[in-house]
Amino acid sequence: MAKRRKLGRGVAIVGAGMSKFGMFPDKDTKDVFAEAFKEMLASVDKGVDPKEIEALYLGNFSNDFFVHQSHWGPIVSDLIGHTPKPATRTEGACASSALALREGVFAIASGFYDMVLVGGLEEMSKRTTEEVAEGLALATVPYEGKVGFTFPGVFGAVATAYFAKYGANRENLMDITIKSHNNAPLNPKAQFKLSIRDLMNAKAKSLEKKGIPVPEWKDEKDFLRDPKANPVVAWPMHLYDCCPISDGASCMLLVGEDIAKSFTDDPIYVAGIGQGSGRGLHACDDMTYFEATRYAAEEAYGMSGLKPKDIQFSEVHDCFSIAELIHIEDLGFFKPGQGYKAVEEGATRLDGPMPINTSGGLKCKGHPVGATGVSQLYEVWTQLKGKAGERQVPKKDLRIGGAHNLGGTGGTCTFTILERR
Amino acid sequence: MEQRPFSDISYEQFLNEEKLMGSKCKACDALFVPPKPICTKCYSSDMDWVEMKGKGKLGAFTCIAIGPPSMIAQGYNRKNPYVSGVVELEEGARVDARIDEVDGNNPESIKVGMPMTVKFLHQEGEQGPRTTLAFRPA
Repeated sequence: MAKRRKLGRGVAIVGAGMSKFGMFPDKDTKDVFAEAFKEMLASVDKGVDPKEIEALYLGNFSNDFFVHQSHWGPIVSDLIGHTPKPATRTEGACASSALALREGVFAIASGFYDMVLVGGLEEMSKRTTEEVAEGLALATVPYEGKVGFTFPGVFGAVATAYFAKYGANRENLMDITIKSHNNAPLNPKAQFKLSIRDLMNAKAKSLEKKGIPVPEWKDEKDFLRDPKANPVVAWPMHLYDCCPISDGASCMLLVGEDIAKSFTDDPIYVAGIGQGSGRGLHACDDMTYFEATRYAAEEAYGMSGLKPKDIQFSEVHDCFSIAELIHIEDLGFFKPGQGYKAVEEGATRLDGPMPINTSGGLKCKGHPVGATGVSQLYEVWTQLKGKAGERQVPKKDLRIGGAHNLGGTGGTCTFTILERR
Repeated sequence: MEQRPFSDISYEQFLNEEKLMGSKCKACDALFVPPKPICTKCYSSDMDWVEMKGKGKLGAFTCIAIGPPSMIAQGYNRKNPYVSGVVELEEGARVDARIDEVDGNNPESIKVGMPMTVKFLHQEGEQGPRTTLAFRPA
């Protein structure tokens, strides 16, 4: 059981920015971080002098591997004119920048700083797919890699355990993919902006052009069932169950809640933060949930005094479709074994009672791993500010949203609850 | 009595000798496979080596079409996927393992809950012989 913890001082977010996510052959990490930083500065309603930023916390999984350059704290510090003030890198695999946010929150809550910048970055597209797979696999549990498990492989195995326990199947995961792809065209920063239906029509057109007979796909699921259109990666994970390889950056400006109103009349507050650690598949209590997510959720709910039913929408770490399904249960939005039924009924769609991954999720928005955690919070912040445009959650009085980030094969998980008061 | 340290290196040496070994806490009987040097249930460091019978059932699996370079070098690819999984041992512990003698192209034929029996896959690695823990249908 997580102990009920409180911050010594409240923390608010007064600005946020993220770069476009995608594969950018003509840009490097600094270019994309600058994009996020400029947007963050412009987003502070009453303006901010960046010289007031007292410390930088930056999440990065492994640019060491991806672009052969480590030690990104001072590089970014120099880029944004922050030197000689402190810059600290955090690493928690794909949850690296959620850890940066947490460190930033603690730094302000302790009273040591009044204003910090937190963010994340990753540049993955300069490597081949096989190299990226090898790089990401550095974050699996050692025993998993030794018997040939890849990342999609671990989540594929988790899916078979879930299917066997609860009677779900691949069709249920397709509902998640289709839903995420429906949200993505509404997000101008997303890497993939086509719905599955549009992809299907585009594929048919391209086959026709080449004079190849076009299969008669009845609907989106029929398209996803076709092994030529949607080949297996690590069964039951297929191409459209997996997030892409991406470049990107994200950042947020945190201040003490007592001074937040000098920057905006509408600050977004950190209501709860939680973090957990997990064991590998061989050692966890049950392969159909993530113990680190459950612990992180308990901590965040305990701190905020909120319950799962109070969360009005959430970003959820969907590196693979099965991850989204299991986490919406672990976060308490749906009962264990019931998540797939709720998804089937449309509960997690943008216009459903519990919208999940309005951004398009990692699946479509992209997953530059170190940037992901703060980019999820960027989406929640944007929604709470009512600035999400076409993908705005259509709920009256939108006040509370969540962001769940996972690193490795469940080794590091966080849950953060933001609140508009 | 076996005197090797309760480490991953020892675990792998035992695999080379075709033994699947774990550590058991003498104070509270908690079992760890691969071994742990201390009991994380009661924090005793009084551990014993125990050999697993090598019987269990399949808890989870995946048929991997896109593998790492080391598996590609062994001839595995999109047309010839290999299978990795998690086996629940009769003794109660769970282990990650290759799943051998099953058809990776026919995942519907592989069932969670299938009885499994241990098998050791020996290879010549860059640093000498290396054994991968595997299971096959019993």
